[in-house]
Amino acid sequence: MEQVAIPRRKCFVLLLLVGLTACGHRNGPRAQTLRVRGSDTMLILAQAWAEAYGQMNRRVAVEVSGGGSGQGIAALLEGAIDIANCSRNLKPEEAAAAQAHTGKVPQEVIVGYDALAVFVHRDNPLEEISIAQLAEIYRVGGRLSRWSDLGVRIPAGRNRIVVVNRQSSSGTYEFFREHVLANRDFALGSLDMNGSKEVVDLIASTPGAIGYSGMAFATPVVKMLRVRRKSGDPAFAPTLANVLAHHYPISRSLLIYTLGEPRAMVGEYIHWLQSPTGQQIVADSGYVPVCSGKDLAPPCGAGTN
Amino acid sequence: MRRWHQLSEVAIEALIRLCGFSATIFVLGIFVFVCREAWPLWHNDAFHLSEFLFSIQWYPTSAVSKHYGVLAMIAGTFSVTLLAMTMAVPLGLGAAIYLGEFCPSRPREILKVLVEMLAAIPSVVWGFAGLTITSRLIVRYTSADVGVNLLNGALLLALMSLPIIVSLAEDALRAVPDEYREAALALGATRWQLTWRVLLPAARHGLVAAVLLGFGRAIGETMAVLMATGHAIHLPTSVFDPVRTLTANIAAELGEAPARTTHYQVLFLTGVLLFLVTFAVNLTAGLIIRRERRP
Repeated sequence: MEQVAIPRRKCFVLLLLVGLTACGHRNGPRAQTLRVRGSDTMLILAQAWAEAYGQMNRRVAVEVSGGGSGQGIAALLEGAIDIANCSRNLKPEEAAAAQAHTGKVPQEVIVGYDALAVFVHRDNPLEEISIAQLAEIYRVGGRLSRWSDLGVRIPAGRNRIVVVNRQSSSGTYEFFREHVLANRDFALGSLDMNGSKEVVDLIASTPGAIGYSGMAFATPVVKMLRVRRKSGDPAFAPTLANVLAHHYPISRSLLIYTLGEPRAMVGEYIHWLQSPTGQQIVADSGYVPVCSGKDLAPPCGAGTN
Repeated sequence: MRRWHQLSEVAIEALIRLCGFSATIFVLGIFVFVCREAWPLWHNDAFHLSEFLFSIQWYPTSAVSKHYGVLAMIAGTFSVTLLAMTMAVPLGLGAAIYLGEFCPSRPREILKVLVEMLAAIPSVVWGFAGLTITSRLIVRYTSADVGVNLLNGALLLALMSLPIIVSLAEDALRAVPDEYREAALALGATRWQLTWRVLLPAARHGLVAAVLLGFGRAIGETMAVLMATGHAIHLPTSVFDPVRTLTANIAAELGEAPARTTHYQVLFLTGVLLFLVTFAVNLTAGLIIRRERRP
């Protein structure tokens, strides 16, 4: 009796395994998978692209994950992904590491522009801020630590500036350090969030907070400040027009990197990102497309500095 | 046929023995791996052990000068864990005493299942609750500048370590022989005197072990504290200060640190430090339990 029972059980396990593997293919086979990782700023954009591309081209599945620009580059160098999203320029040592490890040169494509928006709680009366003031709030040894130093009063008697920052793998963090702090160190004690959305969410629930993120993460429950380059200059809001006209002082390019010349499938995808359809998704996601009509020149300066 | 039977017997025995040893092998393997990744630091001139242990300067990606001091995170880990224990220990021991000694048996079974369900909630769910519910309550009802802080994280850790403390402490109380209870009651002790004077001293080793294992659970927790404590490098001076724990720092930074850089190795050294702390806590708890079993 027992000898009959055992094969039956084995059969059952086998059938179970076959059933499980079959489940994976129920949605129709996608012949190829394209793996994208990196910038958290670009995550919503990359997901919107992946979804639209997946509906158009049923043979290719685009897998997107975040983690920060630094993680994307690290994964690209390990060969774990096809495309790295990056909200800052590649560092020389990263390019050198890529050549040393893989023998290939990273290729850069500009796929859009972003304004780095500065957010405060919506009840905060502050409307404008200068780059120098931001640096004094964020840098180590900075002189601004209370809202009264900026001449504003926060409701509910909270005066300390709660500095919200990003984790150090974030491209936004490095861009901010380079362009606002002139590469000086951030002061310790800031609240280092793991994503752009977390920054905005925390500011929405913290009356004394200030933070920065991509312009696409603006929500009605936080306030975006107008930013001036130097004291005395006019302050500009992070809008599409101000980014295109180079008025907004902290704007940057959104980049993607591949290793060497992209293979056929990857190349097709990148080409599509730059097409009017792909660029429309950039605008829909809240960022600035590379080419907004013929009469507007792309803000190239924003990309190369 | 008989020989085949004997062979299978031997094979199964070997398999079971392997299962028994595997846990030890995995623990040792992990420890060796973590140590191996951190090892090159001994020959690294950019790294100083005294800075690692006694400095709060944590600038692993600085563009000007890199520093690897984890003192603020050691302080963060211990402050959040100890604060959690000051909440969880009275609550957990109280619950265990009620469940073990005072509660009628029908509600006891229901309550025990409910307490154990606390342990089944994934830590990311706790973290989310901390981020969206308790932190906002803290901002609304206290003078705290920010809701994700030491108190918020400790509150979650207290709730997360509660099921361990309650079930182990209840077991310890139940392990006290009924003769003790009968003798005390026969001498005219009230139930309160019985609990306080007889049961607690008799079960003390088991209770201390329960608290220590709860402590071990809290100190190793990562996701909830990453989301709920504010992740700020800061020596806390009040319960409303945001802090960063060692575990949260590893979770947030290991993915970005390129392999075999100083930053990567220092994160592994942080892992060694955590391993040693939890190992010491669990070993102490284990020894105490063993001492209790031996009369």
